Amino acid sequence: MSDTKSRSLSSDAWHDLRRNKIFWIASVLVVVVLLMAAWPSLFTSADPRDCVLSRKHAGATGGAIFGYDFQGCDVYAKTVYGARYSIVVGVFATLISGVIGLGFGLAAGFFGGWLDAVLSRFIDVMLGIPLLLGAIVLAKRLSADPASNGVFAVTVTLGLLGWTTAARVMRSSVIAAKNQDYVAAARMLGAGNSRLLFRHILPNSMASFIVVLTILLGINIASEATLSFLGIGLKGDAISWGIAISDATGYVRVAAGPLIWPSLFLAATVLAFIMLGDAVRDAFDPKLR
Amino acid sequence: MFRYIVRRLLQMVLTFFGATFIVYALMFAVQDDPIQALVGERPITASQRAALTERYHLGDNFFAQYWYYMKGLLTGDFGTSMTNRKVADMLADAWPVTLRLSLMAIVIAATIAILAGVVSAIRRGSIFDNATLVVTLIVLAMPIVVIAPLAQLVFGIKLGWFPVTAGKDASLWQLLLPAGVLASLVVATELRVTRASVAENLRADYVRTARAKGLTGARVIGVHVLRNSLIPVITLIGVDLGALMSGAIVTEKVFNIPGVGFNLFRGIRTEDGPLVVGFVSVLVIVFLVVNLIVDLLYAALDPRIRYE
Repeated sequence: MSDTKSRSLSSDAWHDLRRNKIFWIASVLVVVVLLMAAWPSLFTSADPRDCVLSRKHAGATGGAIFGYDFQGCDVYAKTVYGARYSIVVGVFATLISGVIGLGFGLAAGFFGGWLDAVLSRFIDVMLGIPLLLGAIVLAKRLSADPASNGVFAVTVTLGLLGWTTAARVMRSSVIAAKNQDYVAAARMLGAGNSRLLFRHILPNSMASFIVVLTILLGINIASEATLSFLGIGLKGDAISWGIAISDATGYVRVAAGPLIWPSLFLAATVLAFIMLGDAVRDAFDPKLR
Repeated sequence: MFRYIVRRLLQMVLTFFGATFIVYALMFAVQDDPIQALVGERPITASQRAALTERYHLGDNFFAQYWYYMKGLLTGDFGTSMTNRKVADMLADAWPVTLRLSLMAIVIAATIAILAGVVSAIRRGSIFDNATLVVTLIVLAMPIVVIAPLAQLVFGIKLGWFPVTAGKDASLWQLLLPAGVLASLVVATELRVTRASVAENLRADYVRTARAKGLTGARVIGVHVLRNSLIPVITLIGVDLGALMSGAIVTEKVFNIPGVGFNLFRGIRTEDGPLVVGFVSVLVIVFLVVNLIVDLLYAALDPRIRYE
Protein backbone atom coordinates (compact mmCIF):
# COMPACT_ATOMS: atom_id res chain seq x y z
CA MET A 1 0.00 0.00 0.00
CA SER A 2 1.46 3.31 -0.99
CA ASP A 3 -1.04 5.23 1.12
CA THR A 4 0.29 6.49 4.41
CA LYS A 5 -3.20 6.36 5.90
CA SER A 6 -3.95 2.86 7.13
CA ARG A 7 -7.18 1.34 5.86
CA SER A 8 -9.35 -1.46 7.12
CA LEU A 9 -9.95 -4.52 4.96
CA SER A 10 -13.40 -3.32 3.97
CA SER A 11 -12.39 0.19 3.00
CA ASP A 12 -9.49 -1.33 1.10
CA ALA A 13 -11.90 -3.62 -0.71
CA TRP A 14 -14.19 -0.70 -1.48
CA HIS A 15 -11.23 1.18 -2.92
CA ASP A 16 -10.58 -1.77 -5.23
CA LEU A 17 -14.22 -2.22 -6.13
CA ARG A 18 -14.67 1.37 -7.21
CA ARG A 19 -12.20 0.81 -10.03
CA ASN A 20 -13.70 -2.50 -11.13
CA LYS A 21 -15.82 -2.17 -14.26
CA ILE A 22 -17.60 -5.48 -13.76
CA PHE A 23 -18.71 -4.32 -10.31
CA TRP A 24 -20.32 -1.21 -11.78
CA ILE A 25 -22.04 -3.07 -14.63
CA ALA A 26 -23.41 -5.62 -12.16
CA SER A 27 -24.53 -2.92 -9.69
CA VAL A 28 -26.38 -0.96 -12.38
CA LEU A 29 -28.14 -4.15 -13.53
CA VAL A 30 -29.08 -5.04 -9.97
CA VAL A 31 -30.45 -1.54 -9.28
CA VAL A 32 -32.52 -1.62 -12.49
CA VAL A 33 -33.99 -5.03 -11.61
CA LEU A 34 -34.74 -3.92 -8.05
CA LEU A 35 -36.51 -0.81 -9.35
CA MET A 36 -38.44 -3.00 -11.76
CA ALA A 37 -39.48 -5.28 -8.92
CA ALA A 38 -40.52 -2.41 -6.65
CA TRP A 39 -42.22 -0.07 -9.13
CA PRO A 40 -42.92 -1.88 -12.41
CA SER A 41 -45.16 0.99 -13.50
CA LEU A 42 -42.03 3.13 -13.87
CA PHE A 43 -41.07 1.00 -16.85
CA THR A 44 -44.40 0.34 -18.49
CA SER A 45 -47.85 1.85 -18.42
CA ALA A 46 -49.44 -1.28 -19.88
CA ASP A 47 -51.27 -3.78 -17.68
CA PRO A 48 -49.66 -7.26 -17.94
CA ARG A 49 -53.01 -8.89 -17.16
CA ASP A 50 -54.83 -7.03 -19.92
CA CYS A 51 -54.88 -9.86 -22.43
CA VAL A 52 -57.03 -9.96 -25.55
CA LEU A 53 -57.02 -13.19 -27.54
CA SER A 54 -57.53 -11.36 -30.82
CA ARG A 55 -54.01 -9.92 -30.39
CA LYS A 56 -52.53 -13.43 -30.12
CA HIS A 57 -48.89 -13.38 -31.31
CA ALA A 58 -49.38 -9.92 -32.78
CA GLY A 59 -46.18 -8.07 -33.61
CA ALA A 60 -44.78 -5.02 -31.87
CA THR A 61 -47.31 -2.23 -32.00
CA GLY A 62 -47.73 0.94 -29.99
CA GLY A 63 -46.53 0.47 -26.43
CA ALA A 64 -45.96 -3.29 -26.71
CA ILE A 65 -42.39 -3.11 -28.04
CA PHE A 66 -41.88 -6.89 -27.71
CA GLY A 67 -45.22 -7.85 -29.25
CA TYR A 68 -47.90 -10.09 -27.74
CA ASP A 69 -47.82 -13.68 -26.50
CA PHE A 70 -50.15 -16.64 -27.13
CA GLN A 71 -52.85 -15.20 -24.88
CA GLY A 72 -52.55 -11.75 -26.37
CA CYS A 73 -50.76 -10.28 -23.34
CA ASP A 74 -48.17 -7.53 -23.72
CA VAL A 75 -44.80 -9.36 -23.56
CA TYR A 76 -42.87 -6.29 -22.41
CA ALA A 77 -45.29 -5.53 -19.57
CA LYS A 78 -45.34 -9.17 -18.51
CA THR A 79 -41.56 -9.34 -18.53
CA VAL A 80 -41.24 -6.17 -16.44
CA TYR A 81 -43.80 -7.36 -13.90
CA GLY A 82 -42.08 -10.77 -13.80
CA ALA A 83 -39.13 -9.23 -11.98
CA ARG A 84 -41.11 -8.79 -8.77
CA TYR A 85 -41.62 -12.44 -7.80
CA SER A 86 -38.15 -13.38 -8.97
CA ILE A 87 -36.68 -10.84 -6.57
CA VAL A 88 -39.12 -11.59 -3.75
CA VAL A 89 -38.50 -15.34 -3.92
CA GLY A 90 -34.76 -14.87 -4.43
CA VAL A 91 -34.29 -12.43 -1.56
CA PHE A 92 -36.42 -14.22 1.02
CA ALA A 93 -35.12 -17.69 0.15
CA THR A 94 -31.59 -16.32 0.48
CA LEU A 95 -32.46 -14.74 3.85
CA ILE A 96 -33.79 -18.07 5.14
CA SER A 97 -30.68 -19.86 3.87
CA GLY A 98 -28.52 -17.12 5.36
CA VAL A 99 -30.04 -17.45 8.83
CA ILE A 100 -29.78 -21.26 8.81
CA GLY A 101 -26.27 -21.18 7.34
CA LEU A 102 -25.16 -18.55 9.86
CA GLY A 103 -26.47 -20.59 12.78
CA PHE A 104 -24.94 -23.86 11.60
CA GLY A 105 -21.65 -22.26 10.60
CA LEU A 106 -21.21 -20.28 13.82
CA ALA A 107 -22.13 -23.19 16.08
CA ALA A 108 -20.00 -25.74 14.21
CA GLY A 109 -17.00 -23.45 13.82
CA PHE A 110 -16.96 -21.84 17.25
CA PHE A 111 -17.79 -24.76 19.52
CA GLY A 112 -16.08 -27.48 17.47
CA GLY A 113 -15.85 -30.97 18.96
CA TRP A 114 -18.82 -33.30 18.80
CA LEU A 115 -21.24 -30.51 17.85
CA ASP A 116 -19.09 -29.73 14.80
CA ALA A 117 -18.95 -33.44 13.92
CA VAL A 118 -22.74 -33.82 14.10
CA LEU A 119 -23.50 -30.60 12.21
CA SER A 120 -20.90 -31.30 9.52
CA ARG A 121 -22.26 -34.80 8.95
CA PHE A 122 -25.73 -33.31 8.62
CA ILE A 123 -24.41 -30.89 6.00
CA ASP A 124 -22.82 -33.86 4.17
CA VAL A 125 -26.18 -35.60 4.14
CA MET A 126 -27.89 -32.48 2.77
CA LEU A 127 -25.25 -32.26 0.04
CA GLY A 128 -26.20 -35.80 -0.97
CA ILE A 129 -29.48 -34.46 -2.38
CA PRO A 130 -29.12 -32.41 -5.58
CA LEU A 131 -30.96 -29.10 -5.03
CA LEU A 132 -33.53 -29.43 -7.77
CA LEU A 133 -34.46 -33.02 -6.87
CA GLY A 134 -35.08 -32.08 -3.24
CA ALA A 135 -36.97 -29.00 -4.36
CA ILE A 136 -39.23 -31.05 -6.63
CA VAL A 137 -40.36 -33.25 -3.74
CA LEU A 138 -40.69 -30.44 -1.19
CA ALA A 139 -42.26 -27.81 -3.45
CA LYS A 140 -44.79 -30.33 -4.72
CA ARG A 141 -45.92 -30.98 -1.16
CA LEU A 142 -45.87 -27.38 0.03
CA SER A 143 -47.79 -26.02 -2.94
CA ALA A 144 -50.58 -28.58 -2.71
CA ASP A 145 -53.09 -25.81 -1.92
CA PRO A 146 -54.64 -24.89 -5.29
CA ALA A 147 -55.58 -21.38 -4.13
CA SER A 148 -52.01 -20.24 -3.41
CA ASN A 149 -49.80 -18.73 -6.10
CA GLY A 150 -46.83 -20.77 -4.87
CA VAL A 151 -44.62 -17.87 -3.79
CA PHE A 152 -44.49 -19.01 -0.17
CA ALA A 153 -43.88 -22.66 -1.11
CA VAL A 154 -41.01 -21.91 -3.48
CA THR A 155 -39.38 -19.45 -1.08
CA VAL A 156 -39.45 -21.90 1.81
CA THR A 157 -38.29 -24.78 -0.40
CA LEU A 158 -35.27 -22.98 -1.79
CA GLY A 159 -34.47 -21.45 1.61
CA LEU A 160 -34.53 -24.81 3.39
CA LEU A 161 -32.42 -26.59 0.78
CA GLY A 162 -29.84 -24.00 -0.25
CA TRP A 163 -27.97 -23.13 2.95
CA THR A 164 -25.23 -25.78 2.90
CA THR A 165 -22.51 -23.84 1.06
CA ALA A 166 -23.13 -20.75 3.20
CA ALA A 167 -22.83 -22.85 6.37
CA ARG A 168 -19.57 -24.42 5.22
CA VAL A 169 -18.05 -21.08 4.30
CA MET A 170 -19.14 -19.54 7.61
CA ARG A 171 -17.74 -22.49 9.54
CA SER A 172 -14.31 -22.27 7.95
CA SER A 173 -14.05 -18.49 8.38
CA VAL A 174 -15.09 -18.80 12.03
CA ILE A 175 -12.44 -21.46 12.59
CA ALA A 176 -9.86 -19.21 10.93
CA ALA A 177 -10.97 -16.19 12.96
CA LYS A 178 -11.18 -17.83 16.37
CA ASN A 179 -7.49 -18.75 16.36
CA GLN A 180 -6.42 -15.15 15.82
CA ASP A 181 -4.52 -13.28 18.51
CA TYR A 182 -7.21 -10.66 19.01
CA VAL A 183 -9.69 -13.36 19.99
CA ALA A 184 -7.23 -14.80 22.49
CA ALA A 185 -6.63 -11.30 23.82
CA ALA A 186 -10.35 -10.63 24.19
CA ARG A 187 -10.79 -13.96 25.95
CA MET A 188 -7.97 -13.13 28.35
CA LEU A 189 -9.66 -9.84 29.13
CA GLY A 190 -12.60 -11.88 30.30
CA ALA A 191 -14.97 -11.69 27.32
CA GLY A 192 -17.70 -14.32 27.38
CA ASN A 193 -18.63 -16.63 24.51
CA SER A 194 -21.40 -14.44 23.16
CA ARG A 195 -19.23 -11.31 23.26
CA LEU A 196 -16.40 -13.16 21.49
CA LEU A 197 -18.79 -14.52 18.89
CA PHE A 198 -20.79 -11.45 18.04
CA ARG A 199 -18.32 -8.63 18.68
CA HIS A 200 -15.07 -10.18 17.49
CA ILE A 201 -15.46 -13.30 15.38
CA LEU A 202 -18.66 -12.62 13.45
CA PRO A 203 -17.73 -9.19 12.02
CA ASN A 204 -14.45 -10.64 10.77
CA SER A 205 -16.07 -13.68 9.18
CA MET A 206 -18.84 -11.92 7.30
CA ALA A 207 -17.05 -11.03 4.02
CA SER A 208 -16.97 -14.40 2.29
CA PHE A 209 -20.35 -15.31 3.80
CA ILE A 210 -21.98 -12.30 2.15
CA VAL A 211 -20.29 -13.13 -1.14
CA VAL A 212 -21.73 -16.66 -1.02
CA LEU A 213 -25.18 -15.25 -0.28
CA THR A 214 -24.98 -12.82 -3.22
CA ILE A 215 -24.19 -15.68 -5.58
CA LEU A 216 -26.88 -17.81 -3.91
CA LEU A 217 -29.39 -15.04 -4.64
CA GLY A 218 -28.62 -15.44 -8.35
CA ILE A 219 -28.89 -19.22 -8.10
CA ASN A 220 -32.21 -18.96 -6.25
CA ILE A 221 -33.67 -16.73 -8.95
CA ALA A 222 -32.60 -19.29 -11.57
CA SER A 223 -34.04 -22.14 -9.49
CA GLU A 224 -37.35 -20.34 -9.06
CA ALA A 225 -37.61 -20.00 -12.83
CA THR A 226 -36.72 -23.66 -13.30
CA LEU A 227 -39.32 -24.82 -10.76
CA SER A 228 -41.95 -22.55 -12.33
CA PHE A 229 -40.99 -23.94 -15.74
CA LEU A 230 -41.56 -27.47 -14.43
CA GLY A 231 -44.96 -26.49 -13.03
CA ILE A 232 -44.18 -26.74 -9.32
CA GLY A 233 -43.06 -23.17 -8.74
CA LEU A 234 -45.21 -20.11 -9.08
CA LYS A 235 -48.64 -20.67 -10.56
CA GLY A 236 -52.10 -19.25 -10.80
CA ASP A 237 -52.11 -15.52 -11.37
CA ALA A 238 -48.43 -15.08 -10.48
CA ILE A 239 -46.38 -13.53 -13.27
CA SER A 240 -43.02 -15.26 -13.51
CA TRP A 241 -40.27 -15.48 -16.09
CA GLY A 242 -40.19 -19.26 -15.64
CA ILE A 243 -43.90 -19.60 -16.45
CA ALA A 244 -43.56 -17.23 -19.41
CA ILE A 245 -40.68 -19.28 -20.83
CA SER A 246 -42.55 -22.53 -20.26
CA ASP A 247 -45.66 -21.17 -22.03
CA ALA A 248 -43.63 -19.78 -24.91
CA THR A 249 -41.76 -23.03 -25.66
CA GLY A 250 -44.95 -24.45 -27.12
CA TYR A 251 -45.17 -21.68 -29.70
CA VAL A 252 -41.55 -20.97 -30.67
CA ARG A 253 -42.19 -21.77 -34.30
CA VAL A 254 -44.93 -19.13 -34.43
CA ALA A 255 -43.50 -16.40 -32.23
CA ALA A 256 -40.03 -16.24 -30.72
CA GLY A 257 -40.42 -12.93 -28.84
CA PRO A 258 -42.36 -14.29 -25.87
CA LEU A 259 -39.52 -16.79 -25.33
CA ILE A 260 -36.55 -14.50 -25.96
CA TRP A 261 -37.40 -11.52 -23.74
CA PRO A 262 -38.14 -13.23 -20.42
CA SER A 263 -35.09 -15.44 -21.07
CA LEU A 264 -32.83 -12.43 -21.55
CA PHE A 265 -34.16 -10.63 -18.47
CA LEU A 266 -33.76 -13.78 -16.39
CA ALA A 267 -30.21 -14.45 -17.62
CA ALA A 268 -29.19 -10.81 -17.09
CA THR A 269 -30.55 -10.80 -13.54
CA VAL A 270 -28.78 -14.02 -12.57
CA LEU A 271 -25.59 -12.83 -14.27
CA ALA A 272 -25.74 -9.52 -12.39
CA PHE A 273 -25.85 -11.16 -8.96
CA ILE A 274 -23.13 -13.68 -9.84
CA MET A 275 -20.86 -10.93 -11.23
CA LEU A 276 -21.50 -8.80 -8.16
CA GLY A 277 -20.53 -11.70 -5.90
CA ASP A 278 -17.44 -12.43 -8.01
CA ALA A 279 -16.30 -8.81 -7.94
CA VAL A 280 -16.77 -8.46 -4.18
CA ARG A 281 -14.93 -11.72 -3.57
CA ASP A 282 -11.99 -10.56 -5.69
CA ALA A 283 -11.88 -7.30 -3.72
CA PHE A 284 -11.91 -9.07 -0.36
CA ASP A 285 -9.44 -11.82 -1.30
CA PRO A 286 -6.01 -10.67 -0.09
CA LYS A 287 -4.32 -13.38 -2.15
CA LEU A 288 -5.18 -11.56 -5.37
CA ARG A 289 -3.54 -8.33 -4.26
CA MET B 1 -5.67 -46.50 1.75
CA PHE B 2 -7.71 -49.44 3.06
CA ARG B 3 -8.70 -47.45 6.15
CA TYR B 4 -9.76 -44.57 3.93
CA ILE B 5 -11.98 -46.82 1.83
CA VAL B 6 -13.62 -48.32 4.90
CA ARG B 7 -14.20 -44.89 6.41
CA ARG B 8 -15.59 -43.55 3.18
CA LEU B 9 -17.95 -46.53 2.87
CA LEU B 10 -19.22 -46.02 6.42
CA GLN B 11 -19.79 -42.35 5.66
CA MET B 12 -21.65 -43.37 2.53
CA VAL B 13 -23.99 -45.59 4.54
CA LEU B 14 -24.78 -42.68 6.85
CA THR B 15 -25.32 -40.28 3.95
CA PHE B 16 -27.44 -42.84 2.15
CA PHE B 17 -29.83 -43.32 5.05
CA GLY B 18 -29.79 -39.62 5.88
CA ALA B 19 -30.52 -38.46 2.34
CA THR B 20 -33.27 -41.01 1.68
CA PHE B 21 -34.73 -40.18 5.09
CA ILE B 22 -34.85 -36.48 4.22
CA VAL B 23 -36.43 -37.16 0.82
CA TYR B 24 -39.00 -39.38 2.49
CA ALA B 25 -39.66 -36.90 5.29
CA LEU B 26 -40.11 -34.05 2.79
CA MET B 27 -42.66 -36.08 0.94
CA PHE B 28 -44.38 -37.24 4.11
CA ALA B 29 -44.36 -33.91 5.94
CA VAL B 30 -47.13 -31.91 4.32
CA GLN B 31 -49.15 -34.77 2.93
CA ASP B 32 -52.90 -34.27 3.30
CA ASP B 33 -54.80 -37.31 2.07
CA PRO B 34 -52.87 -39.67 -0.21
CA ILE B 35 -55.84 -41.96 -0.73
CA GLN B 36 -58.03 -39.17 -2.03
CA ALA B 37 -55.11 -38.10 -4.26
CA LEU B 38 -54.90 -41.66 -5.56
CA VAL B 39 -58.58 -42.07 -6.43
CA GLY B 40 -58.96 -38.52 -7.68
CA GLU B 41 -62.32 -36.74 -7.64
CA ARG B 42 -64.50 -39.80 -7.10
CA PRO B 43 -66.01 -40.53 -3.68
CA ILE B 44 -64.53 -43.51 -1.90
CA THR B 45 -66.25 -46.07 0.34
CA ALA B 46 -65.02 -46.91 3.81
CA SER B 47 -64.07 -50.45 2.85
CA GLN B 48 -62.06 -49.31 -0.19
CA ARG B 49 -60.34 -46.80 2.02
CA ALA B 50 -59.53 -49.49 4.57
CA ALA B 51 -58.15 -51.80 1.87
CA LEU B 52 -55.92 -49.07 0.43
CA THR B 53 -54.76 -48.06 3.91
CA GLU B 54 -53.83 -51.67 4.56
CA ARG B 55 -52.10 -52.09 1.19
CA TYR B 56 -49.92 -48.98 1.45
CA HIS B 57 -49.30 -49.31 5.22
CA LEU B 58 -50.84 -45.87 5.74
CA GLY B 59 -52.05 -46.79 9.23
CA ASP B 60 -48.50 -47.35 10.45
CA ASN B 61 -46.39 -44.64 12.00
CA PHE B 62 -43.81 -42.61 10.14
CA PHE B 63 -40.81 -44.77 10.95
CA ALA B 64 -42.55 -48.00 10.01
CA GLN B 65 -43.52 -46.42 6.69
CA TYR B 66 -39.96 -45.26 6.15
CA TRP B 67 -38.85 -48.83 6.80
CA TYR B 68 -41.18 -50.17 4.08
CA TYR B 69 -39.92 -47.51 1.69
CA MET B 70 -36.27 -48.40 2.39
CA LYS B 71 -37.00 -52.10 2.04
CA GLY B 72 -38.48 -51.37 -1.38
CA LEU B 73 -35.49 -49.24 -2.44
CA LEU B 74 -32.97 -51.87 -1.35
CA THR B 75 -34.76 -54.73 -3.09
CA GLY B 76 -35.23 -52.81 -6.35
CA ASP B 77 -38.93 -52.14 -5.78
CA PHE B 78 -39.36 -48.42 -6.34
CA GLY B 79 -43.13 -48.40 -6.16
CA THR B 80 -45.89 -48.20 -8.74
CA SER B 81 -46.87 -45.06 -10.59
CA MET B 82 -50.45 -43.74 -10.76
CA THR B 83 -50.68 -45.17 -14.27
CA ASN B 84 -50.13 -48.58 -12.66
CA ARG B 85 -46.72 -49.16 -14.21
CA LYS B 86 -43.81 -50.27 -12.07
CA VAL B 87 -41.39 -47.40 -11.52
CA ALA B 88 -38.55 -49.90 -11.95
CA ASP B 89 -39.81 -50.84 -15.44
CA MET B 90 -40.22 -47.21 -16.46
CA LEU B 91 -36.69 -46.55 -15.25
CA ALA B 92 -35.35 -49.49 -17.23
CA ASP B 93 -36.95 -48.05 -20.37
CA ALA B 94 -35.82 -44.49 -19.79
CA TRP B 95 -32.34 -45.09 -18.43
CA PRO B 96 -30.41 -45.95 -21.64
CA VAL B 97 -31.51 -42.74 -23.40
CA THR B 98 -30.51 -40.51 -20.49
CA LEU B 99 -27.25 -42.37 -20.01
CA ARG B 100 -26.31 -41.84 -23.66
CA LEU B 101 -27.29 -38.19 -23.50
CA SER B 102 -25.31 -37.48 -20.34
CA LEU B 103 -22.24 -39.42 -21.52
CA MET B 104 -22.24 -37.32 -24.69
CA ALA B 105 -22.60 -34.19 -22.57
CA ILE B 106 -19.68 -35.22 -20.35
CA VAL B 107 -17.45 -35.95 -23.36
CA ILE B 108 -18.32 -32.63 -25.04
CA ALA B 109 -17.80 -30.68 -21.83
CA ALA B 110 -14.52 -32.40 -21.00
CA THR B 111 -13.11 -31.91 -24.52
CA ILE B 112 -13.89 -28.20 -24.61
CA ALA B 113 -12.88 -27.62 -21.01
CA ILE B 114 -9.51 -29.36 -21.32
CA LEU B 115 -8.54 -27.89 -24.69
CA ALA B 116 -9.58 -24.33 -23.88
CA GLY B 117 -8.40 -24.59 -20.28
CA VAL B 118 -4.89 -25.67 -21.27
CA VAL B 119 -4.60 -23.00 -23.94
CA SER B 120 -5.74 -20.22 -21.60
CA ALA B 121 -3.41 -21.44 -18.86
CA ILE B 122 -0.42 -21.39 -21.23
CA ARG B 123 -1.34 -17.96 -22.61
CA ARG B 124 -2.48 -16.31 -19.43
CA GLY B 125 -3.59 -12.72 -19.94
CA SER B 126 -3.95 -13.15 -23.70
CA ILE B 127 -7.08 -12.18 -25.63
CA PHE B 128 -8.08 -15.84 -25.79
CA ASP B 129 -7.75 -16.18 -22.02
CA ASN B 130 -9.78 -13.06 -21.28
CA ALA B 131 -12.44 -14.01 -23.81
CA THR B 132 -12.74 -17.46 -22.22
CA LEU B 133 -13.16 -15.89 -18.77
CA VAL B 134 -16.00 -13.68 -19.99
CA VAL B 135 -17.69 -16.51 -21.89
CA THR B 136 -17.49 -18.90 -18.92
CA LEU B 137 -18.96 -16.22 -16.66
CA ILE B 138 -21.91 -15.77 -19.00
CA VAL B 139 -22.43 -19.52 -19.47
CA LEU B 140 -22.21 -19.98 -15.71
CA ALA B 141 -25.03 -17.50 -15.22
CA MET B 142 -27.36 -18.91 -17.88
CA PRO B 143 -30.04 -21.01 -16.22
CA ILE B 144 -30.97 -24.22 -18.03
CA VAL B 145 -34.48 -22.89 -18.66
CA VAL B 146 -32.86 -20.15 -20.73
CA ILE B 147 -30.21 -22.19 -22.57
CA ALA B 148 -32.35 -25.15 -23.64
CA PRO B 149 -35.26 -23.31 -25.32
CA LEU B 150 -32.99 -20.63 -26.80
CA ALA B 151 -30.57 -23.22 -28.25
CA GLN B 152 -33.51 -25.04 -29.78
CA LEU B 153 -34.82 -21.79 -31.21
CA VAL B 154 -31.52 -20.52 -32.61
CA PHE B 155 -29.71 -23.68 -33.76
CA GLY B 156 -32.74 -25.86 -34.45
CA ILE B 157 -35.44 -23.60 -35.83
CA LYS B 158 -33.79 -20.39 -37.07
CA LEU B 159 -30.47 -21.68 -38.39
CA GLY B 160 -31.61 -25.24 -39.03
CA TRP B 161 -28.19 -26.73 -38.21
CA PHE B 162 -29.54 -29.41 -35.89
CA PRO B 163 -32.76 -31.46 -35.63
CA VAL B 164 -35.30 -29.54 -33.53
CA THR B 165 -36.46 -32.50 -31.43
CA ALA B 166 -35.05 -35.95 -30.80
CA GLY B 167 -37.91 -38.27 -29.85
CA LYS B 168 -37.70 -41.99 -29.21
CA ASP B 169 -34.73 -44.00 -30.59
CA ALA B 170 -32.85 -40.81 -31.29
CA SER B 171 -29.64 -41.01 -33.28
CA LEU B 172 -26.39 -39.58 -31.98
CA TRP B 173 -26.80 -36.71 -34.42
CA GLN B 174 -30.24 -35.87 -33.03
CA LEU B 175 -28.88 -35.96 -29.49
CA LEU B 176 -25.97 -33.66 -30.28
CA LEU B 177 -27.73 -30.35 -29.63
CA PRO B 178 -29.39 -31.45 -26.36
CA ALA B 179 -26.07 -32.93 -25.24
CA GLY B 180 -24.37 -29.63 -26.01
CA VAL B 181 -26.99 -27.82 -23.94
CA LEU B 182 -26.38 -30.17 -21.02
CA ALA B 183 -22.62 -29.79 -21.45
CA SER B 184 -22.94 -26.02 -21.10
CA LEU B 185 -24.07 -26.54 -17.51
CA VAL B 186 -20.78 -28.04 -16.42
CA VAL B 187 -18.23 -26.85 -18.97
CA ALA B 188 -17.58 -23.45 -17.35
CA THR B 189 -16.51 -24.80 -13.95
CA GLU B 190 -14.46 -27.58 -15.53
CA LEU B 191 -12.68 -25.08 -17.76
CA ARG B 192 -11.85 -22.76 -14.88
CA VAL B 193 -10.52 -25.58 -12.73
CA THR B 194 -8.41 -26.94 -15.62
CA ARG B 195 -6.99 -23.49 -16.25
CA ALA B 196 -6.14 -22.91 -12.60
CA SER B 197 -4.52 -26.29 -12.06
CA VAL B 198 -2.54 -26.25 -15.34
CA ALA B 199 -1.31 -22.73 -14.55
CA GLU B 200 -0.18 -23.91 -11.12
CA ASN B 201 1.56 -27.02 -12.44
CA LEU B 202 3.40 -25.08 -15.16
CA ARG B 203 5.42 -23.44 -12.41
CA ALA B 204 6.28 -26.77 -10.73
CA ASP B 205 9.86 -28.04 -10.45
CA TYR B 206 9.16 -31.24 -12.37
CA VAL B 207 8.09 -29.22 -15.40
CA ARG B 208 11.35 -27.27 -15.32
CA THR B 209 13.22 -30.58 -15.07
CA ALA B 210 11.32 -32.01 -18.01
CA ARG B 211 12.11 -28.95 -20.10
CA ALA B 212 15.75 -29.08 -19.02
CA LYS B 213 15.95 -32.67 -20.24
CA GLY B 214 15.10 -31.27 -23.66
CA LEU B 215 11.58 -32.67 -24.00
CA THR B 216 9.35 -31.01 -26.56
CA GLY B 217 6.70 -28.57 -25.39
CA ALA B 218 3.92 -30.89 -26.54
CA ARG B 219 5.24 -33.76 -24.45
CA VAL B 220 5.75 -31.61 -21.37
CA ILE B 221 2.21 -30.26 -21.57
CA GLY B 222 0.48 -33.36 -22.89
CA VAL B 223 2.06 -35.93 -20.61
CA HIS B 224 3.65 -34.29 -17.59
CA VAL B 225 1.41 -31.31 -16.87
CA LEU B 226 -1.93 -32.66 -18.04
CA ARG B 227 -1.71 -35.87 -16.07
CA ASN B 228 -1.27 -33.98 -12.83
CA SER B 229 -3.68 -31.21 -13.69
CA LEU B 230 -6.65 -33.42 -14.47
CA ILE B 231 -6.95 -34.90 -11.00
CA PRO B 232 -8.97 -31.98 -9.58
CA VAL B 233 -11.08 -31.93 -12.75
CA ILE B 234 -12.07 -35.57 -12.19
CA THR B 235 -13.43 -34.77 -8.74
CA LEU B 236 -15.77 -32.30 -10.39
CA ILE B 237 -17.55 -35.09 -12.26
CA GLY B 238 -19.28 -36.18 -9.05
CA VAL B 239 -20.56 -32.71 -8.26
CA ASP B 240 -21.44 -32.06 -11.90
CA LEU B 241 -23.69 -35.08 -11.98
CA GLY B 242 -26.17 -33.25 -9.76
CA ALA B 243 -26.29 -30.37 -12.24
CA LEU B 244 -26.64 -32.81 -15.16
CA MET B 245 -29.60 -34.54 -13.50
CA SER B 246 -31.42 -31.27 -12.90
CA GLY B 247 -30.52 -30.12 -16.40
CA ALA B 248 -31.76 -33.34 -17.95
CA ILE B 249 -35.30 -32.74 -16.67
CA VAL B 250 -35.60 -29.45 -18.56
CA THR B 251 -33.50 -30.47 -21.59
CA GLU B 252 -35.35 -33.73 -22.20
CA LYS B 253 -38.66 -31.92 -21.90
CA VAL B 254 -37.67 -29.20 -24.37
CA PHE B 255 -36.17 -31.61 -26.92
CA ASN B 256 -38.81 -34.28 -26.33
CA ILE B 257 -36.41 -37.06 -25.37
CA PRO B 258 -38.17 -39.89 -23.47
CA GLY B 259 -35.50 -40.32 -20.80
CA VAL B 260 -35.50 -40.22 -17.02
CA GLY B 261 -35.88 -36.44 -16.87
CA PHE B 262 -38.79 -36.46 -19.31
CA ASN B 263 -40.63 -39.08 -17.25
CA LEU B 264 -39.97 -37.10 -14.10
CA PHE B 265 -41.31 -33.96 -15.75
CA ARG B 266 -44.45 -35.77 -16.84
CA GLY B 267 -44.84 -37.18 -13.34
CA ILE B 268 -44.69 -33.68 -11.88
CA ARG B 269 -47.20 -32.33 -14.37
CA THR B 270 -49.69 -35.17 -13.90
CA GLU B 271 -49.28 -35.00 -10.11
CA ASP B 272 -48.04 -38.59 -10.05
CA GLY B 273 -46.58 -38.60 -6.52
CA PRO B 274 -45.30 -42.21 -6.38
CA LEU B 275 -43.55 -41.81 -9.75
CA VAL B 276 -41.84 -38.57 -8.67
CA VAL B 277 -40.68 -40.00 -5.35
CA GLY B 278 -39.49 -43.23 -6.94
CA PHE B 279 -37.49 -41.44 -9.64
CA VAL B 280 -36.05 -38.87 -7.25
CA SER B 281 -34.99 -41.60 -4.80
CA VAL B 282 -33.20 -43.53 -7.52
CA LEU B 283 -31.48 -40.39 -8.83
CA VAL B 284 -30.31 -39.50 -5.32
CA ILE B 285 -28.88 -43.01 -4.91
CA VAL B 286 -27.08 -42.78 -8.28
CA PHE B 287 -25.69 -39.40 -7.25
CA LEU B 288 -24.36 -40.80 -3.96
CA VAL B 289 -22.80 -43.88 -5.57
CA VAL B 290 -21.08 -41.89 -8.32
CA ASN B 291 -19.69 -39.48 -5.73
CA LEU B 292 -18.36 -42.39 -3.71
CA ILE B 293 -16.65 -43.86 -6.80
CA VAL B 294 -15.18 -40.48 -7.72
CA ASP B 295 -13.78 -40.04 -4.20
CA LEU B 296 -12.18 -43.50 -4.27
CA LEU B 297 -10.81 -42.85 -7.76
CA TYR B 298 -9.34 -39.58 -6.55
CA ALA B 299 -7.50 -41.31 -3.74
CA ALA B 300 -6.21 -43.97 -6.14
CA LEU B 301 -5.07 -41.47 -8.78
CA ASP B 302 -3.22 -39.04 -6.58
CA PRO B 303 -0.46 -40.70 -4.56
CA ARG B 304 -0.05 -37.55 -2.49
CA ILE B 305 -3.47 -38.04 -0.96
CA ARG B 306 -3.35 -40.09 2.19
CA TYR B 307 -6.42 -39.93 4.33
CA GLU B 308 -5.97 -40.71 7.96
